[in-house]
Amino acid sequence: MALTDTQIERYSRHIILKEVGAKGQKKLLNAKVLIIGAGGLGAPAAMYLAAAGVGTIGIVDADDVELSNLQRQIIHSTEDVGKPKVKSAKETMERMNPDVKVNTYHMFVDASNIRELIREYDFIIDGTDNFPAKFLINDACVLEKKPFSHAGIIRFQGQLMTYVPGEGPCYRCVFQDPPPKDAVPTCKQAGVIGAMGGVIGSLQAMEAVKYIIGKGDLLTGYLLTFDALKMEFRKVKLPSNTHNCAVCGDHPTITEPIDYELNVCEDKI
Amino acid sequence: MYITVAGNGKEVKKGLTLPELIELEQVEMPDYVTISVNDVFIDADKRADTVLKDGDTVEFLYFMGGGC
Ligand SMILES: [Zn+2]
Repeated sequence: MALTDTQIERYSRHIILKEVGAKGQKKLLNAKVLIIGAGGLGAPAAMYLAAAGVGTIGIVDADDVELSNLQRQIIHSTEDVGKPKVKSAKETMERMNPDVKVNTYHMFVDASNIRELIREYDFIIDGTDNFPAKFLINDACVLEKKPFSHAGIIRFQGQLMTYVPGEGPCYRCVFQDPPPKDAVPTCKQAGVIGAMGGVIGSLQAMEAVKYIIGKGDLLTGYLLTFDALKMEFRKVKLPSNTHNCAVCGDHPTITEPIDYELNVCEDKI
Repeated sequence: MYITVAGNGKEVKKGLTLPELIELEQVEMPDYVTISVNDVFIDADKRADTVLKDGDTVEFLYFMGGGC
């Protein structure tokens, strides 16, 4: 399908890039990205993907917008407090770009729904705030052979890695198992600087866009870490001795996603 | 001997072990930190036996669960 005149104007700064062009823009318009979590990471990721003209964006979140979210979750506004986050996120994205079809999933992901949910999408963004969800998403993406972007943020720090089936380690290769409940602080307990979600969530959107247009090097086999206080990014090479990984190794013992005990970032204050 | 830890070069005593380096670097909650030496993951049960050599590169990979 040819781009309309309006689309040629809207996406002109993309189209002029030799790595994107009209061909890449059409790929974006035909792409389907699922964002799990409409919070600090998911908000900027969703907004940049909507602005970029990713044709179908799915957004998953069970929570309602709370006042304490607004310091960083820029897809929601003051008048959205009390509204389901997925509804608020959809309204913002649709206002930004009518080319985008937004699918909302007002629910928690768990072992019973995750595989079916991710199946119809091309790329998954993990914007969740807890380890059970992060391992669940990793395992489901490995099992369904879906690429995804992992990210985590806390205080003045962030991290990011990209999994593409067959092209490097998965999240479990690096971190094996979720830490015990409350062993590692959440952002409610420890705080997070608002712009950190903007930095890392935007990088997740960047990885999704690069994957869709098929250009550049993804963060496969690397963990990108960001320390805002030192203003230092580090691209840490991940080892490849991961044949023992329980989900993507040579002899996987995990053949279905697992529901670990939930330790959510209870963002009530 | 000279090793590189999280991108920073430093002079350490010869024969430094991984647990000694963890102590030296004041790694918080080391049980929940993944460690690689020269781009190889070190299993948790192999840490105590890991003696560092001159020129080694060590990385500490921390859990970061937030996103909310
Ligand atoms: Zn793995």
